[in-house]
Amino acid sequence: MAYSDKVIDHYQNPKNVGTLDKSKQNVGTGLVGAPECGDVMRLQIEVDDNGLIKDAKFKTFGCGSAIASSSLATEWLKGKTVDEAIKIDNMEIVEELHLPPVKIHCSVLAEDAIKAAVNDYRKKNGLPELKFEESVVH
Amino acid sequence: MLKFPIYLDHNATTPCDPRVVEAMIPYFTNSFGNAASRNHPFGWQAEEAVDYAREQVAKLIGADPKEIIFTSGATEADNLAIKGVFEMYASKGNHIITCNIEHKAVLDTCKHIEKEGGEVTYLKVNPDGLIDMKELEAAIKPTTILIAIMYANNEIGTVMPMKEISALAKKKGILVFSDATQAVGKIPADVTKDGIDLMAFTAHKMYGPKGVGALYVRRKNPRVKVTAQMDGGGHERGMRSGTLNVPGIVGFGKACEICLNEMEEETKRISALRDKLETSLMKVEEAYINGSTQHRLPHVTNISFKYVEGEGLLMGFNKDIAVSSGSACTSASLEPSYVLKALGLGDDLAHSSLRFGLGRFTTEDQIDYTVEAVTKTVNKLREMSPLWEMYKEGIDMNSIEWAHH
Repeated sequence: MAYSDKVIDHYQNPKNVGTLDKSKQNVGTGLVGAPECGDVMRLQIEVDDNGLIKDAKFKTFGCGSAIASSSLATEWLKGKTVDEAIKIDNMEIVEELHLPPVKIHCSVLAEDAIKAAVNDYRKKNGLPELKFEESVVH
Repeated sequence: MLKFPIYLDHNATTPCDPRVVEAMIPYFTNSFGNAASRNHPFGWQAEEAVDYAREQVAKLIGADPKEIIFTSGATEADNLAIKGVFEMYASKGNHIITCNIEHKAVLDTCKHIEKEGGEVTYLKVNPDGLIDMKELEAAIKPTTILIAIMYANNEIGTVMPMKEISALAKKKGILVFSDATQAVGKIPADVTKDGIDLMAFTAHKMYGPKGVGALYVRRKNPRVKVTAQMDGGGHERGMRSGTLNVPGIVGFGKACEICLNEMEEETKRISALRDKLETSLMKVEEAYINGSTQHRLPHVTNISFKYVEGEGLLMGFNKDIAVSSGSACTSASLEPSYVLKALGLGDDLAHSSLRFGLGRFTTEDQIDYTVEAVTKTVNKLREMSPLWEMYKEGIDMNSIEWAHH
């Protein structure tokens, strides 16, 4: 299968690989996927006093598309507010990276990781967790 | 000078040996006759070429030329053997024994047999990828007509105990069929010494052309018959109708002759390279060889690199190196290799595997390059793997509640 140039670029030069201190109150961590399914994504956000995401990091076990989806997600998250972050739709990732249908689940995983990170942040800061509709494609 | 891409996927297919191509060429143009044309020189010439090739093929596997049925490939030969025996021996019974790491051409044919009223037992393999002889014996029933066990596995290269299997089968009066697609031409698979009654194999896995294969069907002790699955002009002793692929068969014969003459030397060279590749890659932390290393083809190694995903790993070097992964991230099911799972591997290890298949034209330079590229990519991907980080921190991954899809 041929990967798009954007997927290849993110794979070769992934943005924001790393780990944030998950014990900090202003860091939210989302861990989604499962080793059995062949992809696990961990996405973290660090939020400043104004509710802006000032840093985002990821680590992903998975195929090139999964790595690219999470790398792209961290780029998009930086500078957004937490409320804006949860509006990122997986189809935007699909379009940006030109993911073929068999790889849509990678983008879904990235969207789920963002939401999980935001909810972890909310929980830590005494805010109610947001309920999301179950993603259809898995 | 290294030329790219490097081909290390010889279990998928092999390039034609130039000597094979050379032998084939005249049969496309000047000697284009139909081997079944009995009344003119064009036909005679083609028939003579086919007869010669039939001898070359038979010699490689210790058979008589009359016992070779040419087909379009191993898949057709697998179908003809299993369906053909099932139909021909219906009065004796309807039970077939096979195993769960067979190629799909065998497994799906067996599923078809089940729909036709047959009964099939799928033996499990042990973590080495081998069947248990006691389990095989226990599976035999009065209605068992065929034991269908592959000679060597296509993903992990493990070699089954064919002699023991056929000895048991003979005692019980049951036929033995072996899909020997990966073995013939690589190791001395010999129907006489191994006591095999039917055996499928193909040219393109042994430096011959695609589109031609054979089914060996024993003629003596016992005389085996299969019901034809392709009706028509009654070619190949009535077992496989269809005009013979003369250039393909000529190439197949030449490929067999070369394998027979060069196998011993080639095996030494290739297995030394394979061992070098394997030893070097096993220096990577948390790397595991899949399947028996004792009963194995000389040119194959299948290795899992824990905490990195196979397809992601391939992407790091597949522009330069052609290998295959047991991960199935491209398929809708996301199910990894059923062969690796049958060995008892967790999905995580099955998703992390690479199959290296070396061949006649593999060089040491290519192996050195591959070791470096794979090692580098594994290390790079582990740096961005959350699982690797957890492993390094000593976190028990089974304690995590994964969100299963």
